[in-house]
Amino acid sequence: MTHRRDFLQFTGVLGALVSTGLLSAEQALAQQAAWNKSAFEAKSLADAVKALGGSGVKESKDITITGPDIAENGAVVPVGVASKVPGTQAVHILVEKNPSLLAASFNIPAGTEANVSTRIKMGESSNVIGLVKANNQWFMGSKEVKVTLGGCGG
Amino acid sequence: MGDPMRIRATAQGDSTEVRVLMAHEMETGQRKDASGKLVPAHYISNVTVTHAGKVVLSAEWGAAIAKNPFLQFRFAGGKKGDEVTVTWTDNKGDTRTDKAVIN
Repeated sequence: MTHRRDFLQFTGVLGALVSTGLLSAEQALAQQAAWNKSAFEAKSLADAVKALGGSGVKESKDITITGPDIAENGAVVPVGVASKVPGTQAVHILVEKNPSLLAASFNIPAGTEANVSTRIKMGESSNVIGLVKANNQWFMGSKEVKVTLGGCGG
Repeated sequence: MGDPMRIRATAQGDSTEVRVLMAHEMETGQRKDASGKLVPAHYISNVTVTHAGKVVLSAEWGAAIAKNPFLQFRFAGGKKGDEVTVTWTDNKGDTRTDKAVIN
């Protein structure tokens, strides 16, 4: 039964998109297929890594996470992930204690530096994890960011 | 169609630094409005940056990217006067493309 329900929801969303005329049916399908839904909905680090197709993740000192030690506003936390691992193909940014861990996945084509910066949301103090795929091996680095939502500096 | 992006592309030696500021609500789908109803998720899910017909960065995003997303990276090549194109698509199928000239 759950499968049927999932299917109905899926077609419902697609139908809405197509009927608004913003997307052709094929484009909508392609977009839905390309976006890694299971990875973005993963609730644990192990699930997220698995959904991204990773395994045997090793800690690496070649991955640097830049970000504040203390973020006063969890709604806007500037973070950057830089990987010096040779042959880096993809960089993923995960927040360990967010409801869904995966925040962003970046594909790094040859010629592009494996160093991306963006701003993320954090629900509470947590480790920010940079997960890197290089030569089909997986590496990670992390940094703890404390979030003071009350803005009282405590 | 969303509001225009602000794109700054700067040639620095052999590479080009790209900074993009997009205008988007990035609603997580976990927030409730004043009447207690969940606000449906609405966020940019795919971003592609191209230069001279070649993809220099592609990304998949979740709702955990902050409102009005910022993105910064650097790619090899690119010279003053070249064009950099940024396209995003959100989870409701809305899309926007903007271009900037490298300087």
